Amino acid sequence: MNSPVKKKLKVATTSLAGCFGCHMSLLDIDERLFTLLEHIEFDRSPLTDIKEVSPDCDIGIIEGGLCNAENVHVLREFRKHCKILIALGACAVNGGLPAQRNHLPLTTILEEVYHTSPGLANGMIPNDPELPLPLNQVHPIHEVVKIDYSIPGCPPSGDAIWKVLTDLLAGREPTLDHDLMHYD
Amino acid sequence: MTQKFTLDGVLIPFEDGETVMQAATRAGKFIPHLCYHPEFKPHGSCKLCTVKVNGRQAAACTLHVSSGMVVENNTEELNAERRALTQMLFVEGNHFCPSCEKSGNCQLQATAYHLGMMSPHYDHFFPSRPVDASHADFFIDFNRCILCSLCVRASRDVDKKNIFALSGRGIKTHLIVNAASGRLADTDFSLADKAAQVCPVGVILHKRQGFAVPIGERTYDKAAISAQHEPIAEEALK
Amino acid sequence: MSAPALAEIVEGVATRYRRDPVNLLQILREIQEACDWLPPAAIDQLQHLLDVPRTKIEGVAGFYSFFYTQPRGRYRILFSDNITDRMQGNQALIRQFCENLWIEPGKTSEDGLVSVESTSCTGMCDQGPALLVNNRAIPRLSATRIGEIAELIRNKTPLAEWPADYFAVDNNIRRADILLASTMPPGDALRAARSRTPSDGVKASNTRSWREGLPSGMSGPSAMLDEIKRANLRGRGGAGFTTGLKWEACRNAPLKAGQQRFVVCNADEGEPGTFKDRVLLTAQADLVIEGMTVAAYVIGAEQGFIYLRGEYRYLLDSLNAVLERRRRDNLLGANILGIPGADFDITIHLGAGAYVCGEESALIESLEGKRGTPRNRPPFPVTNGYLDQPTIVNNVETFAAAALIALNGGEWYAAIGTAHSAGTKILSVSGDCQRPGIYEYPFGVSIRQVLEDCGASATQAVQVSGPSGVCVGVDEFERRICFEDIPTAGAFMIFDQGRDMFEVARNFVHFFQHESCGFCTPCRVGTSLLVNMMDKLHNGQGSRYDFNEIEKLNLLLQATSHCGLGHTACNPVLDTIAKFRPAYEKRMAHDQFEPAFDLDRALSQARQMTGRDDAGAHIPALATDMGESA
Repeated sequence: MNSPVKKKLKVATTSLAGCFGCHMSLLDIDERLFTLLEHIEFDRSPLTDIKEVSPDCDIGIIEGGLCNAENVHVLREFRKHCKILIALGACAVNGGLPAQRNHLPLTTILEEVYHTSPGLANGMIPNDPELPLPLNQVHPIHEVVKIDYSIPGCPPSGDAIWKVLTDLLAGREPTLDHDLMHYD
Repeated sequence: MTQKFTLDGVLIPFEDGETVMQAATRAGKFIPHLCYHPEFKPHGSCKLCTVKVNGRQAAACTLHVSSGMVVENNTEELNAERRALTQMLFVEGNHFCPSCEKSGNCQLQATAYHLGMMSPHYDHFFPSRPVDASHADFFIDFNRCILCSLCVRASRDVDKKNIFALSGRGIKTHLIVNAASGRLADTDFSLADKAAQVCPVGVILHKRQGFAVPIGERTYDKAAISAQHEPIAEEALK
Repeated sequence: MSAPALAEIVEGVATRYRRDPVNLLQILREIQEACDWLPPAAIDQLQHLLDVPRTKIEGVAGFYSFFYTQPRGRYRILFSDNITDRMQGNQALIRQFCENLWIEPGKTSEDGLVSVESTSCTGMCDQGPALLVNNRAIPRLSATRIGEIAELIRNKTPLAEWPADYFAVDNNIRRADILLASTMPPGDALRAARSRTPSDGVKASNTRSWREGLPSGMSGPSAMLDEIKRANLRGRGGAGFTTGLKWEACRNAPLKAGQQRFVVCNADEGEPGTFKDRVLLTAQADLVIEGMTVAAYVIGAEQGFIYLRGEYRYLLDSLNAVLERRRRDNLLGANILGIPGADFDITIHLGAGAYVCGEESALIESLEGKRGTPRNRPPFPVTNGYLDQPTIVNNVETFAAAALIALNGGEWYAAIGTAHSAGTKILSVSGDCQRPGIYEYPFGVSIRQVLEDCGASATQAVQVSGPSGVCVGVDEFERRICFEDIPTAGAFMIFDQGRDMFEVARNFVHFFQHESCGFCTPCRVGTSLLVNMMDKLHNGQGSRYDFNEIEKLNLLLQATSHCGLGHTACNPVLDTIAKFRPAYEKRMAHDQFEPAFDLDRALSQARQMTGRDDAGAHIPALATDMGESA
């Protein structure tokens, strides 16, 4: 080997208003994870249980859209600390399932869920300061910070994630062929 | 057919009165489109079929071919423009593919795949649009309407019923149905209507038929939209 | 209104228009004038009377800004919202008016008395700010006048009893040339046209007379066409197509059995900043109508239309009176000038608030009682126009010029102006100057000359030909108004150094979004995206990312839109970016991408429902969130 050992790329991942399905798909790259780990190391991620994203991350992978104040905070942290941000999956890309509440006023939703829904006794809207407040509407992440790449799919297949990551590692513009491109 | 024109550097024969879209389709060349359907008079609203002729963009579905015309179609520049137009359609409505019955059989989705659309790019409008479930056999989910007006044309020109029309203007343009109540149940729409068959997206949906075909076997799971378009029968060209 | 009373009105209006759906716009307009809106019951009844599906009626009613399918106030106030109205302070007046009457813009007062909205330029820029009340124009608004109007409305004073001087519209003719100074007695141009015989000049391609029924041997029409060609007359709507060629193509277009040719006068003067057609139709209506009649003589048409924009509804009665007088004088109607078979008459068709109908094929769709969606071309109107029959559509000013050419000949006309721009051009001058109004110049006048004549000082920019035209900066003031240099439909809006050219462009972008017909994807969605991006910059959320997006979007609109509206919607932005870039630079408040919406405000509903106001119930601005605040 005539080149020095390349520094591994630091990759952080998180799930905002998502279902962790995209992270499950990430694990679906199966044994290729070992190959991947030759090139990257995981920073903050549900896989590592590191709580804070390191300030020198190369790639941030975001699952899920923004439905509350904490989502916004985490996303901003990722944007600040990661050179490249990737939107992973339908919810990050266009809001996904959670965004289907967007045609309803949040006030109506909270009213319905905590006050008028049948079976509730003395329901009240949670107001503990520990809880993040929901946003009026759910937003895809590119509407709040600059996103560099997106991987569509609900969830994207392990193969699609693999393809985009290997494209990036090889310095190519990521693309998905027909068999890997799907929005559902 | 001795007359020819050039499409992406290939000589293509055509007949008098044919459009670029018709001649290209007959020759097995794919030009992306959403509002075009070979059985109906083209009107050129979606602009997905924009091609470049002598340095100027034009809609292939309404542009008549002339001899010696040089047409660019499958270029990075045009596909980038088409991708942006597709992204506009995605943010204009509410397109949530995972929960849409039409997913896998949807031309908007398949066209976006073809164009390599990885995200909607623009900020979403998230419009508030109702669903009309009044009819016994159909839903109308206006959230997904791309205003191609194929149902309008089918109902007017084939079914002779005028059940659908566009109202409003600009970004407020929307599909309406022919009833004082505004409800599909109060029209004579029926399963046999041509208008029930032509929606390229998931607006006009048959009830009790959702998600009938498993993922992997749906129309555009099997092959890309560009590989599936049928050469036009001679009849339809008349 | 009681159901039987409504039914009687609808029946009466429909019958007067022969229950012909081609007259749908006029039918809806008259019903609304009687009922204040278009109640569902009226639409129910109309679908039977006209034998059309209600989707057609609703589709049309929904397209035009001035048709209301929801109840509006008995007094319907529309404030003109052109950039010139803004510069004259209309925003403060709207606020004052709404506060005065306890109403919100865009809403109808609870008692159903009054509604207030904004509308695109109403063509009163030289005497703004202006408004329309139930489609009647009130210019020269002031805080005092607004107070008086609010009082009249509160007292439910009928519009007919409002002081007449409120509604007085000035012509403000500051410089008259051949058109505006013409004293031609009505009929002289027609008589001159008739007396012309073919000359050795440019030959029309056939010598068909006024129409097929005329006695053979009369060669006046082709000789008249020769004169139009010799005059080098070009269309005054902005595009500058050669009038002689248009007329000749229409004249030569084959007629199928039962078809005829049509002459249409485009008086849908919707380009913001333009008001010269209003003045021509007020001060020189005979000249315009005579020009239309000359055109009918040349192409062989029996029927003409004046497509008058809805904002000029107040001109309808006076124009109809001119038409009636001309009929009496044998200048319109059957056997004009006593020529057997020389039949031509004109109907006025009122628009209903849709700028896009100024595009000739959209105008024809509208004339046919449809949504004003521009057609695919070819075929062009000269062969397939009104009801698919050969039709010429010309600007008001073009027809007025044609009348003078008939009278004085093509050579006389061609000698005026420049080599490629014969004749004169009427400019509608507004904005920052001492003498706004109407200026008629021979083609070739420099921007600087106009600025001097109207008393403009410290001028920063001139928007020539309206938002779809060109924005001219100081170093271009020697440029000339003519087809060789800066062509124009007539608008000339002046901005002095105190004006923010970004805000000018933003106003125009809003205009195009409001007026997009919605047919094609790029214009329908693109103009809305553009509005959002320009508003984002305006709201202080902008960064270089947004600026780049704005540029890209404009190029896409230009390349892929269906008609001129989309193609030109980007002009004001691209022009001001090129020439007034600092106005944009200072709007890029952030180094990094920021959301278009206020994140903290996005928690407002949750705060309201939980009663929380602790630190965690807010999203701080980015710097403090990152712990980077100084």
